Amino acid sequence: MTDGIALDKVELKLGAREFRFDCALPAGAVTAITGPSGSGKSTFLNLVAGFETPDRGRILIAGGDVTEKHPSERPVSLVFQDNNLFAHLDLAANIGLGISPSLRLSGNDRAAISQALERVGLGGFEKRTPGTLSGGERQRAAFARALVRKKTVLLMDEPFAALDPGLRLSMANLLIDLHRETGNTVLIVTHDPDEVGRLADHAIFIDHGQILLQARAEEFLVRRDIPALAEFLSG
Amino acid sequence: MLTRAERRRGIGWGLLSLVGIAFFVGIAVAALLSWDAGNTQSLLFTAYTWRILRFTLLQAVLSTLLSVVFALPVALALARRPSFPGRVWVIRLMALPMGLPVLIGALGLIGIWGRHGAMNSLLLKLGLEQPISIYGLSGILLAHVFFNLPLAARLLLAALERLPAEYWLLSSSLGMKPFSVFRFIEWPAARRVIPGITGLIFMLCATSFTLVLVLGGGPAATTLEVAIYQSLRFDFDPPRAIALSLLQIGMTALILVAISLFPAPDDSGITTGRATRRFDGRTVPARLWDTLAILLAIAFLILPLASIVAAGARANLWSLLSSAAFLRAAWTSFTIALSAGLLAVLTSLAIIAGREAIADMKRPAGTARAFSVSLGGMSSLVLLVPPVVLGTGWFLMLRPFGDVARFAPALVAIINMLMALPFVMRVLAPAVETHRERTGRLSASLGLSGFSRVWRIDLPVLARPLLTALSFAMALSLGDLGAVALFGSSELTTLPWLVYSRLSSYRTNDADGLALILGIICLALTMIGTAGRRETSHD
Repeated sequence: MTDGIALDKVELKLGAREFRFDCALPAGAVTAITGPSGSGKSTFLNLVAGFETPDRGRILIAGGDVTEKHPSERPVSLVFQDNNLFAHLDLAANIGLGISPSLRLSGNDRAAISQALERVGLGGFEKRTPGTLSGGERQRAAFARALVRKKTVLLMDEPFAALDPGLRLSMANLLIDLHRETGNTVLIVTHDPDEVGRLADHAIFIDHGQILLQARAEEFLVRRDIPALAEFLSG
Repeated sequence: MLTRAERRRGIGWGLLSLVGIAFFVGIAVAALLSWDAGNTQSLLFTAYTWRILRFTLLQAVLSTLLSVVFALPVALALARRPSFPGRVWVIRLMALPMGLPVLIGALGLIGIWGRHGAMNSLLLKLGLEQPISIYGLSGILLAHVFFNLPLAARLLLAALERLPAEYWLLSSSLGMKPFSVFRFIEWPAARRVIPGITGLIFMLCATSFTLVLVLGGGPAATTLEVAIYQSLRFDFDPPRAIALSLLQIGMTALILVAISLFPAPDDSGITTGRATRRFDGRTVPARLWDTLAILLAIAFLILPLASIVAAGARANLWSLLSSAAFLRAAWTSFTIALSAGLLAVLTSLAIIAGREAIADMKRPAGTARAFSVSLGGMSSLVLLVPPVVLGTGWFLMLRPFGDVARFAPALVAIINMLMALPFVMRVLAPAVETHRERTGRLSASLGLSGFSRVWRIDLPVLARPLLTALSFAMALSLGDLGAVALFGSSELTTLPWLVYSRLSSYRTNDADGLALILGIICLALTMIGTAGRRETSHD
């Protein structure tokens, strides 16, 4: 099959809503997950992350079947829109939990944490708590944790939606830089067509729980033959 | 997103608490039902039980009516005066009776309204001949209003303060007069919560034990709960106690069903000084009316409290504190309260874990859903089967196995635990839910589970609500006379029981001093609880 992410005839029913996903997403690329609100973008991400398990079908990551695996057993890191950090723990602990869930850290681990903070522009912030940081700094810290986890897949659920437009741009640049360095597979849920153009190599468009289009970003952004997508792209 | 092990554990804990509570309550009810059933049936509806049932309902209806009717003007006045001097303290004062052991409140009321109390001395000076009696129906009503008027006023005030600020801007720009404001804005808001408040207070008054025991108790003024206690403790007439207990369960079941039809009231919207601006009620009569309503409420609440302090201070507090009787009772009370509190917190956590595990299933089977619902219901089972009934059942159950006094401390602690459970659940369930919402997915994705999650993620955040819940439960147990009343003896003496027995043997001076000490302990515990809550609502 593929060494990226594959949803193999996945079906899921949540209450009255039904989802059917069947797709293969390329490894080492950034894929944007788009669609109107309530279309199933987050459900798609939750299936890959393991917060939802399909009624039928399989989910494969890097060729391995993870359908029945707990979120912590999947090779993924996560960045949500909000609440990415435990508010009562300092950044070193928050990031350290990404290495060891029991926070048993070696000297090397601690060095890696400081390095990761340095890399996202938060050098020396080890002892700061999330409450003392701005929204952008908190998301940077979440990136730092994704860095130290060294997982092949990075899942992001509207990670910049709560930030100012100017900040979004610099965060997107940081994300691209980190992606180039690690070569990981990135899925990013977004409702912003500009972000698709800025970040993504590929994009899929979900409506009413189904994938209506999967295409390279440059093709995706000029398609006008699907009414829902046309509406989405025109903002 | 729980691991399989976590889900299994959650369901296990839930099951354990469910079975434990069902066992404890079930044994008590079974003991009642199996005791000489033929004889009991004929006793169920005699002239005697009818009279008691009638009085129970009559005093509950009147108490509820008076509490709500007098609470309404107080709440309206406080809502219309956001910058009334000392308003924050008035609202805090109204929270006080709820944290005060009922027995202590009763003593304060006797101090003011009793035969030699301040009120009757005043009336005597005015030339009236002591028209107020603190004993019997009038005293019971007075005491119920003392405890429930502030509760109703707080709930009504919260409902009024939840109204959008624009309403007051609009009403003043439309030139609405006070009566129109009442008719179109205030009353509709109050009317939505009054059924819930009425139901809650009716339930509290219909099952009130201590106040009726102290202020009523004669054949003409006895409620079901007190009658059960008397038939067991004084007359030793188990069949009658059983008949009354069954009536009691039937009555509370009917009330609970009626209450469940209305939305539950909550005081979450209450603010202690938000900048709501009211532009109405600026006329002199309106100001006078509001001031009068607030001042009367303050006097009504503060006088009995002051009387407790004044009477208590007259006692020789130091010798009381160092007396062997006090120290022994304090130790007994403390161990019972601590066990009851810890048990209540642990049981709540087990119930919450069980419900969480069910909620985590994508499509729980019918049995799982039923399990989750019964876990929720289990936490308020004590409302259906009140402490005295539980005690009666276990009393009859254990009597063949020797001296009941041996089992009494454990029984009292478990009954206190069940009494505290609804309150503890109200504190812990939302706190745990919010915490899980914030951290659940993150913890799962990082593989945090078991001890590591409890220690690093859960405990630091939940420490405050846990402390709040524990201190509430302990205060409730420390001040409770209902569960201990059946078992109280020279071998099992808690602080409230000590106060009560000093009162019964007319050593009122000692009783006053002990009441003050107990009151301070309970209020301190409640304050620890509310202080924690205020701080958590900040972040």
